[in-house]
Amino acid sequence: MIFLTRKIEFSASHRYDNPSLSPEENRRIFGKCNNPHGHGHNYTLEVTIAGEPDPVTGMVLDLKELKQILEGEVMQRMDHRHLNYEVPELAGQIPTCENIARVIWELLESKITKGKLHRVRLYESPDLFVDCYRNGTRFEA
Amino acid sequence: MIVTDKLHVELGRRYRFAASHRLYTPLLSEEENQRVFGKCSNPHGHGHNYCLEVRVSGEVDSVTGMIANLSDLDAFVERHVLEQMDHRSLNEEVSAFSNCVPTTENLCMEIFERLKSFPAAKLEGIRVEETANNSFEYSGEHQKEARQ
Repeated sequence: MIFLTRKIEFSASHRYDNPSLSPEENRRIFGKCNNPHGHGHNYTLEVTIAGEPDPVTGMVLDLKELKQILEGEVMQRMDHRHLNYEVPELAGQIPTCENIARVIWELLESKITKGKLHRVRLYESPDLFVDCYRNGTRFEA
Repeated sequence: MIVTDKLHVELGRRYRFAASHRLYTPLLSEEENQRVFGKCSNPHGHGHNYCLEVRVSGEVDSVTGMIANLSDLDAFVERHVLEQMDHRSLNEEVSAFSNCVPTTENLCMEIFERLKSFPAAKLEGIRVEETANNSFEYSGEHQKEARQ
């Protein structure tokens, strides 16, 4: 089994605010992430595909194809966007790293036709990231 | 509507601390210590800028969108690891290493033990970078079996 990973970066703004909570509760739970006008991050997305190399091409999945999928599904939806207002898949959810990573997983999974989506890792900053796996697919080294 | 129930989601966070250590065991002779540990056995110790990566998993709370509130995780790691190890001598100031060589393998296991009781999420594993070129990971003894 080979694991191939492609990395892309996108920039987006967001705000953590749950309308079902009071302003005080939102402030207590989300802290400065609740500031009214939002803020932004440079996100780094690592997408890992697991599979066997094709005997003819030697590739698990053509990186050009993966690049196009990431461009269409992630970059066009999220790059230089406000995640609260401009990404319908996140509507009604707090745009935390957890929720963004899950949405990205769901957007990508069915588009990967060669190999299998193994892991989505989304960095909100170099020190904060989320990993997403389909249950049971995680590879233990 | 997107169905996301079956996804396994982990939150990863990186922390930094600086500490000194010396790799030396009284169970070996001076010459053996020097042979096994090389310059890491130099008598007055040396230090590293460690980077600790912590991964926890759990249900993503529908109200907060979070596995665990970062401020809770940060406070827990601060209290149980960073306060006691940052700018310390691991050999002299961390009791776990009074009779145990503070290699980063052992440090990994010690930190895992300290963090596994984090109440808000399940500790999946940790990784400690001793330098940019050396890193060590530990997920507990039973982690691998539990996943299969």
